[in-house]
Amino acid sequence: MSAYIAKRLLAAIPVIFGLTIIVFLIMAMIPGDPATAILGSYATPENVEKLNRDLGLDKPLVQQYFIWLGNMLQGDFGRSYTLNRPVIDEVLERFSATLILAGTSLVLCSVLGLIAGVISAVRQYSWVDKAITFVVLIGISVPSFWLGLLLILVFAVNLKWFPASGMYAIYGGGDLPDLLKHLFLPALTLAVVATGVIARLTRTAMLEVLRQDFIRTARAKGVTESTVIYKHAFKAALVTVIPVIGIQAGFVLGGAVYIETVFQWPGIGSMLVKAISTRDLLLVQGGVLVVASAYVLFNLAADVVQTILDPRLR
Amino acid sequence: MAEATATTAAQKPAKKPKGRPDSLSLLLNNTLATAGLVVFALIVLAALAAPLLPLPDPDATAPADRLLRPLAEGHLLGTDALGRDILSRLLWGTQVSLLVGISATLIAAFFGSLIGLVAGYAGGRVDTLLMRGIDMVMAFPYILLALAIVAVLGPGLLNALYAIAVVNIPFFARNIRGIALGLSRREFVDAARLSGKSNAQILFIEVLPNVLPVIIITMSTTIGWMILETAGLSFLGLGAQPPQADLGSMLGDGRKILFTAPHVSIIPGVMIFALVMSINLLGDGVRDVLDPRLKSGALTRPVARTAVMREDVPDVTPRPDTVLDVRGLKTEFRFGGEIYKAVGGVDLAVGQGECLGVVGESGSGKSVTAMSIMGLVPTPPGRIAGGAALLDGEDLFAASDERIRKLRGSAVSHVFQDPLSTLHPLFTVGDQLVEAIQAHQPLSKSEATAKAADLLKVVRIPNPAERLKAYPHELSGGMRQRVCIAMALADDAKIIIADEPTTALDVTVQAQVLSLLDTLRKEKNAGILFITHDFGVVSAICDRVAVMYAGKFVETGTTEEILNSPAHPYTAKLIDCVPVLGEPERRLDAIEGRPPVVNNLPVGCAFAARCPRAQDDCRAAPIPLTEMGKGRTVRCIHPLTGDDADV
Amino acid sequence: MSDAPLLSIEKAERVFGGGRSLFGQPKPAVHAVQDVTIEVRKGETLGVVGESGCGKSTLARMIVGLDAPTGGRIVFDGRDLVAEAGHDLRRLSREVQYVFQDPVASLNPRKTIRTILEAPLRYLLDLDRPAREKRLGELMDAVNLAPEFLDRYPHEFSGGQAQRIGIARALAADPKLIVLDEPVSALDVSVQAQVLNILDGLKDQFGLTYVFISHDLSVVESVSDRVAVMYFGRIVEIGAGKTIFRSPRHPYTHLLLNSAPAPGRRSLIAEDANTELPDPYNPPPGCAFYARCPRHTDECNRAVPPLAGAAGDETHRAACFHPHESK
Repeated sequence: MSAYIAKRLLAAIPVIFGLTIIVFLIMAMIPGDPATAILGSYATPENVEKLNRDLGLDKPLVQQYFIWLGNMLQGDFGRSYTLNRPVIDEVLERFSATLILAGTSLVLCSVLGLIAGVISAVRQYSWVDKAITFVVLIGISVPSFWLGLLLILVFAVNLKWFPASGMYAIYGGGDLPDLLKHLFLPALTLAVVATGVIARLTRTAMLEVLRQDFIRTARAKGVTESTVIYKHAFKAALVTVIPVIGIQAGFVLGGAVYIETVFQWPGIGSMLVKAISTRDLLLVQGGVLVVASAYVLFNLAADVVQTILDPRLR
Repeated sequence: MAEATATTAAQKPAKKPKGRPDSLSLLLNNTLATAGLVVFALIVLAALAAPLLPLPDPDATAPADRLLRPLAEGHLLGTDALGRDILSRLLWGTQVSLLVGISATLIAAFFGSLIGLVAGYAGGRVDTLLMRGIDMVMAFPYILLALAIVAVLGPGLLNALYAIAVVNIPFFARNIRGIALGLSRREFVDAARLSGKSNAQILFIEVLPNVLPVIIITMSTTIGWMILETAGLSFLGLGAQPPQADLGSMLGDGRKILFTAPHVSIIPGVMIFALVMSINLLGDGVRDVLDPRLKSGALTRPVARTAVMREDVPDVTPRPDTVLDVRGLKTEFRFGGEIYKAVGGVDLAVGQGECLGVVGESGSGKSVTAMSIMGLVPTPPGRIAGGAALLDGEDLFAASDERIRKLRGSAVSHVFQDPLSTLHPLFTVGDQLVEAIQAHQPLSKSEATAKAADLLKVVRIPNPAERLKAYPHELSGGMRQRVCIAMALADDAKIIIADEPTTALDVTVQAQVLSLLDTLRKEKNAGILFITHDFGVVSAICDRVAVMYAGKFVETGTTEEILNSPAHPYTAKLIDCVPVLGEPERRLDAIEGRPPVVNNLPVGCAFAARCPRAQDDCRAAPIPLTEMGKGRTVRCIHPLTGDDADV
Repeated sequence: MSDAPLLSIEKAERVFGGGRSLFGQPKPAVHAVQDVTIEVRKGETLGVVGESGCGKSTLARMIVGLDAPTGGRIVFDGRDLVAEAGHDLRRLSREVQYVFQDPVASLNPRKTIRTILEAPLRYLLDLDRPAREKRLGELMDAVNLAPEFLDRYPHEFSGGQAQRIGIARALAADPKLIVLDEPVSALDVSVQAQVLNILDGLKDQFGLTYVFISHDLSVVESVSDRVAVMYFGRIVEIGAGKTIFRSPRHPYTHLLLNSAPAPGRRSLIAEDANTELPDPYNPPPGCAFYARCPRHTDECNRAVPPLAGAAGDETHRAACFHPHESK
């Protein structure tokens, strides 16, 4: 087992390597003079020349890539010209906020999605099933950024149950209850779509598994129906759902871009949007690389969990 | 041409030729999908009609009229912060959003499907290379890559379109590759190759038409997403640039004045929601029509026990000397409006330590008979429509669910056909045996494990303690079937129902399993109900045989009687059409024609249409089962006698 | 029946896997077919029998060019097919055709029978439309199907009918040799006989040669002139069908024959459970049947026994150091 995990970890290295190539190539696509684009309006001829030298832009593309990669590996992601601080500092700070938001959402959507999907499958064609199916359909059709606005309007502006924005109260905040209060609406909004997707898939997976021969065997053995469903069927269904939860992590991380903007959550998503509109490309690059690497690691974890569940994959 | 209809009860009735009208009417049968279609059509029409309608210029600002509420004069939906007419902007914006969403879908579908097709068909290095590339793209959280692309290309609607299309290519590529890979390993691709077709011809003429439904399904399920995501980019200010409006940018404009004029953001939000929801409803409908697995309620979940809806209950006075006594069993399947009478009145009895074989071809109802006894026929669509099954005098069809659960695996146990699919792939053999033991006996985990090891010893599996830790896929087919038999012996079964237990096994392994079963039933004095299609297997293990055709027993008797002097023409034909080892010169007497479909059985003898001895009276009325001697019955009014038994 | 071999397979070998990984570690290799030498004479039916995993289907696919041997030669009518099929499968497909095990899976669900049967006529024979039309009629007639069926889709047919269409497709290009890979094992017993009888008739009618592959001993016995028994990728016994079934020499053939159920046969001789196929990734040094064999000696585990003729019948050959006496 540990040998397998080690093997998967090794296999993640080329993926992250590939990520850096894609990001590098995208940055190389920048029209015009990259140094000017990167430095933005603050560019002075001296700065441009210095950056060109730092980036090795006078060298061939492959060599440029390795210089660039070398800098990254040393933690040198460059300096943000809009914030005037090292990109890595800003990105890591922001990323922890995103992790809190996205992590909560992911737990929320996995738990809710699995529960809703199982109930829906077990009570197939009942009104509960129909209600869940319909709510799920609404969930995957609603634009999350708009849902966020509506929730703010109802729960923050009208009912005043939750704060409308931010991560902590400006005065006197900073403790856990305060964080949870601020977290509730954005985490819920962010979880809606993924919950829908997971619930749908869980329902289908359960229905498919319940038709399998080994379920008939379990029934023929005389085990109780709840054992059949919650032990035999659920475990087999989970094997197909887990990779999807892995993929949903990507949607949640990406969706954080909208939700953080709507709720002014000080995460990496809202940072990226600002950085793009100010064309602070080094900040964009750093943010994208960090989030993507985190996502790769998360998928790795999903892989490992799946392997633990399914001995055939070992 | 009645020949070209479906044979077995499990199949659907004769299908009409496939075609668009058929699919469309299927789609329209689905209320939600129809609703989706109507809403979607209305939105598209309104968007297309935008240039024709008497609408104000969507980009004309009027600071005096800013932030009018809906239903204001001249502005049905009010105005935005610059005094622009929201209705006009909404319709024009919908047009833009639709156009961008559809274009992005088409681009993604084209490139993604092409990559998927080529990778799946070519396999090997090409596949690895292409899919690793796709994996790289997928390694980015979905929208993040789109952001990075827009960041570099600069904000703008067209750039957003490209970005959304690019990040969606992997979905198509992966889906299509999976299907294409499966199809390329199918025999019809080999057949096309041997018919002289080139790789390109096979890919585009043979494989593509089979992949097309999946492409359409993927398109219909992703187009909603693409519209949402482009709206999202515009919402962030990275898509449509002022003054051009799409739904997302309208929403983005409204966000800044959410508290003062919520209608400016709510209206475009409702439009996006309605549009995406209608597309998703429609997409689900399209998927249900095109995905054959979902047709005819194939994904319906079977309940724990077959529904019992008996129209008639026979006399249930117990008979001596029988353990299992089935009388007048009728089991039906209902698909749509059709009733398939899979089992149409079967009587059978199994005594202690006796083995009764039920022989028939596929679709004859032999497995359904066996599975009906303990309620293992899936409901829906199956139901027990009549008869009784007595276990030591107790009517199983009248017993409570809990009582049936207790009897399953204890007094009556089962052995199924394919030992790989019948064992749970994710639990060890030991876990599954222990569970079977603990379901009926109050033993601790360690006691049950010890008993499980003993059971493996009973079925002659070497190294039982080690084998308990193995997963089913780690064992050979023969070993797996031994495990299944061990499981059936977990709690001193009186009756073992064995449904083609050796059909999936190699012939040498089959011989082992058969002799094991034969020894065990003598040791444990358990009765066996043995379902098979093979008279050779019957000879090896069964004391008595029942021959089944179109849901009814046509002949019963001892194995010797049936094999040596079959009385029913069908039995005789069934024996004669199989080559026999050691008699290579024997002429094979094929049975012409095909068995009747059980939703449309003839009034008289079901075999009459294929029977060389059939006369008019065979077709006139139902044929009763007549007694021909002790324990010997035949359902024929012109049975073979000893003299012409070889006809 | 002339004596010149139509097809001769010389020391054919097929290894799956193998090679080295990116980091130079050897990858596991499986010998699906090893050292197989067979001659098939014109007009005969050669039966190939064996259990799952014995390599019989791989052998079949190599003969028709769907798979290439990794060693040895397959010579058809004096031409080296292996070399030829790699760049031009069509020339081979005009001479050698194939009937698949699963009749429904071998027909493209989205094509009419006409389109399916026309393909070999167009791509292999280059026939024009009227000629194709005429040939289609002949083909449907040969397999005893009504010409109306031409415009139907595969899902409208039963297994037996679908297999007859599969046979018609194999016949279409007018081949000399047809490889039948388990052609009746997916069919119901009553339909098996129909298909076997049609195959028998076609052989005489068109002067065909068959290689008939099956796991079913009684079917092989009833159709074959000569029989080859395969075990673990090798031929363990080959000879005239009658001889092999009457007096098998290899202990494995004995076991097979004694295991096969037959109507009226009460007791089956069964071996112990502790006898399985050897691990294909770690094959034994000697005879693959060693562990299961009641006649084995130490010698059997040291070297692979060669195929050797019986005393008095050089054509009846078995790969065994201690064969049963021929009767």
